[in-house]
Amino acid sequence: MNAQTETTKPQAGETEERRINMIEAINDALDIMLERDPDTIVMGEDVGYFGGVFRATAGLQEKHGKTRVFDTPISECGIIGVAVGMGAYGLRPIPEIQFADYIYPGLDQLISEAARLRYRSATDYISPMTVRSPFGGGIFGGQTHSQSPEAIFTHVAGLKTVIPATPYDAKGLLIASIEDNDPVIFFEPKRIYNGPFSGFYDKPVEPWKKHKDSVVPEGYYKIPLGKARHVTEGEQLTVLAYGTMVHVAEAVCADKGIEADILDLRTLMPLDIEAIETSVKRTGRCLIVHEATRTSGFGAELSALVTERCFYHLEAPVERVTGFDTPYPHSLEWAYFPGPVRIGEAIDKILKD
Amino acid sequence: MAEQASNRPALALHVPEPRSRPGDPVNFSDVDIGEPGKMPRPDEGCDPGEMKDLAYGLVRVLGDDNKAHGAWDPKLSPDTLREMLGHMAMVRAFDERMFRGQRQGKTSFYMKCTGEEATSVSAGMALASDDMVFPSYRQQGILIARGYPLIEMINQIYSNKGDKLKGRQLPIMYSSREHSFFSISGNLATQTPQAVGWAMASAIKGDSRIAATWVGEGSTAEGDFHSACTFATVYNAPVILNVINNQWAISSFSGFAGSERTTFAARALGYGLAGLRVDGNDALACYAAQQWAANRARANQGPTLIEYFTYRAEGHSTSDDPSGYRSAQEREEWPLGDPVMRLKNHLIAIGEWDEERQEAMDLKCAEEVKAATKEAEKNGILGHGLHHPFHTMFEDVFEELPWHLEEQAAQATRERQIKWPDKHPKDGAGK
Repeated sequence: MNAQTETTKPQAGETEERRINMIEAINDALDIMLERDPDTIVMGEDVGYFGGVFRATAGLQEKHGKTRVFDTPISECGIIGVAVGMGAYGLRPIPEIQFADYIYPGLDQLISEAARLRYRSATDYISPMTVRSPFGGGIFGGQTHSQSPEAIFTHVAGLKTVIPATPYDAKGLLIASIEDNDPVIFFEPKRIYNGPFSGFYDKPVEPWKKHKDSVVPEGYYKIPLGKARHVTEGEQLTVLAYGTMVHVAEAVCADKGIEADILDLRTLMPLDIEAIETSVKRTGRCLIVHEATRTSGFGAELSALVTERCFYHLEAPVERVTGFDTPYPHSLEWAYFPGPVRIGEAIDKILKD
Repeated sequence: MAEQASNRPALALHVPEPRSRPGDPVNFSDVDIGEPGKMPRPDEGCDPGEMKDLAYGLVRVLGDDNKAHGAWDPKLSPDTLREMLGHMAMVRAFDERMFRGQRQGKTSFYMKCTGEEATSVSAGMALASDDMVFPSYRQQGILIARGYPLIEMINQIYSNKGDKLKGRQLPIMYSSREHSFFSISGNLATQTPQAVGWAMASAIKGDSRIAATWVGEGSTAEGDFHSACTFATVYNAPVILNVINNQWAISSFSGFAGSERTTFAARALGYGLAGLRVDGNDALACYAAQQWAANRARANQGPTLIEYFTYRAEGHSTSDDPSGYRSAQEREEWPLGDPVMRLKNHLIAIGEWDEERQEAMDLKCAEEVKAATKEAEKNGILGHGLHHPFHTMFEDVFEELPWHLEEQAAQATRERQIKWPDKHPKDGAGK
C-alpha cells in the first residue's frame, strides 16, 4: 500500500470530538496498527510492561501480548540490526529509540543496512521499519536528551524523515510511516508531547486540549508523507518549520502581528517542494526555523533549495533561525533555544526593505 | 602524588605480533589440535554450561588414517559425501576461474575462499534449503550447495546486463531471496544481529525455519557481533552464529581480535550460548557441528556459536598480496591440511572414490565453470559498455522516486548524451 496516493480522512461528524495529547495520539496509532497488521511489532528499551519512559506504549503489551510488544537490551545497534532482519523476514517492526540522542550506536545499521537494502538487493529484501524517537530540547534534558539530529538522516539516501507537530498529525503520519515500505525515522518533538509550546518558556504551559489539532478521531486514518501543512496563511513572509518550532514561530508571528505563510513541513524526506516554492514565490521572503545546530543543518538544504528555485522572486535574503553550534547546554537551555527573540529579529531583518 | 607515581613500575602496551612474517620460518607445533574422535557430543538440548570444554577443544572427525572417528561422525552416506566433495571442488574451480577473470580485467574485484570450502558447503547441506542464511563475503559454498546457477553468480561478478542486482553491488556481494540467501553487505558483522532478528521473527510467527549467519574472526570485534550474541541469548533465538576463524583479517592476524588469550568459541560462554570449536578443514566435523546447532535451534533449545578453526590459504581478495605481510610457508605447514584433499582421501579410504574419478570430476567442474563464464560474457563484462539503463541508478532508493531523484535522473540522462553520444543508443534514454 502506498502512503503517497492514499489518504483517508475521517468524515466530519462521524465520531464524537475527542481531544488528546501527542503521546496519546502516538499510542493510539500504535494500538491501531498492532490490531490491523499482525506483522507489526513494537520493541525498545522499557516499552513493554512499563509502557515507555514517555508512556507512548502504555498498555500495548498487555493488550497485544509479549511477542508483539517487548523490551530490548540496551543496544541501539542491536535494536536496529534485529529490526532489519525482522523486515527481511516480512515483519513490519516499529522500534523505539528512547531518545534521539541515543540513536548513534544504531547508525551503521540504519545508514549502511536499512537505508540501502532495497537498492543493493534490487528489491529482494526491503526494510519497512519505522524508528520512533523523541527528539529536541526544551525539557532541561541536557546535552544527551535534547538533540535534533534530523539532518544526519536526511543526508542518507534511502531514509525517510518524518516529524509531526500536532496530535492529529502524529497519529496520521505515524500510521502512514508504519505502512510505508521504506525505513522511516519518526522524530517526536518531546517538548510538545503534552502541549504546544509558544517559546515563551516563562509562561504557563498550555495543554493540547485547547488546541484545534488535538481533536483526534478514533480509528484508522493516515496523512501522506511528503505533504506540508499550512499552519497560517499570510502574504508578508514564508516561514518553513517543523516539530516544536512550528508552534514557536506561530506564536511569535501572532505576538508581532505578522501575517506569515507558515508551513509545517511534516516530512523532511520526501520534502514538499511544491508547497515551499508556491509560498515563497508569492511572499518573496523566507524564514527557516529549526532547533538543530546551524552548520549543515536541514535549514541549509532548505535555504539552498529556496535560493535555487525562487531566487528571482526573493525580495530579501533567506534567513535561518537555528540552535547554536554548541552541544545542547543544560542550565543555559533558554539562551540556546531559538526562541521568540531570535525569530523576532530575523523577521524584522527580512521585512526591513 | 608525584612521589607516589615515581615508585610505580612503568606500564607497557602489548601490541600483538603474528607467529611469522614474510621469510620467517613457520612453526605451528604450539597449536593444540587435539585428537580426532575424542570430543564428546552432548545432547542438543544440553545446558551451555555443561559443554564448556567444547568451546576450548576442537571437534575433529577425520583422522590421519582418513577414517571418520568418534561421536561427531555424522555418518553420511557415500552419495552425500560425494555430493559434498563435488560442491567443494566446484567452489575451488569457480574461485580459480573468477580470480583469473579479475586479473584479465573482466571485473574489478574477487574473493576466493580457498581452504575454507568445507565451512560453507557443509552448512549449505546440513541446513534445510529454506533456512535463512546471512552470510559474510566468503560463503559462495552455500550458494553452490543450494544450486544457485553459476551464470547468475558470474553475471553479478561482471556487473553485466544479466546481473540481477543491476550492477549496483561490488562483485561477490550476492543476494538471492529464492535461495534464502541474504544480501551481502561490505560493512562487517552487520549481518549478525540481522540474522538474530530474522530468527526472532520466525519464532514470533511460530514458523519452523531457523537462521544462520557467518562472520570472520576479525569482525567479531565489531559491536554488532556483541549485540547479536546478546539478543540471541536474551530471546533464545533459533539462530546459529558461525565464526570463521581463518587466522587473518586482511593483514591483521587473529590476535587483533583477541585470539592470544582465548578462543572465539569461548565468547559463547559469557553470553550463555552453546559454544562449539570445530576443525574447519574437516568437512564431516563442520557438517556435524552445523547439524547439531540446527537441531538445537529447531527444537527451540537455543542459539549456538560455532568457531571454525581454519586457514585462509589465499589473500583476502584480489586487492592484497599476502606475501607482503605473512610467511608463504604458513599455508603448507597448516596442521589441519586442505579440506578438499581430506574429504577426497576419506572417500578413497572407505572405498567409495578413486583418483581417476576425482580427476574426471575436477575436469567436469572446470568445464562447467568455463561454459558458464562464456555464457555470462555474452551479457558483457565490467567496464565494457554501460550495461544498465541510467534510470536504474535511481530506482529502488525508495519504493517510489521522489521529485529530487527524478530531477537527478534527468540530469544523468542528459550527461549521458554528452559523455557517451554514440554508445548504446537504446540504453540510458531514461524511462
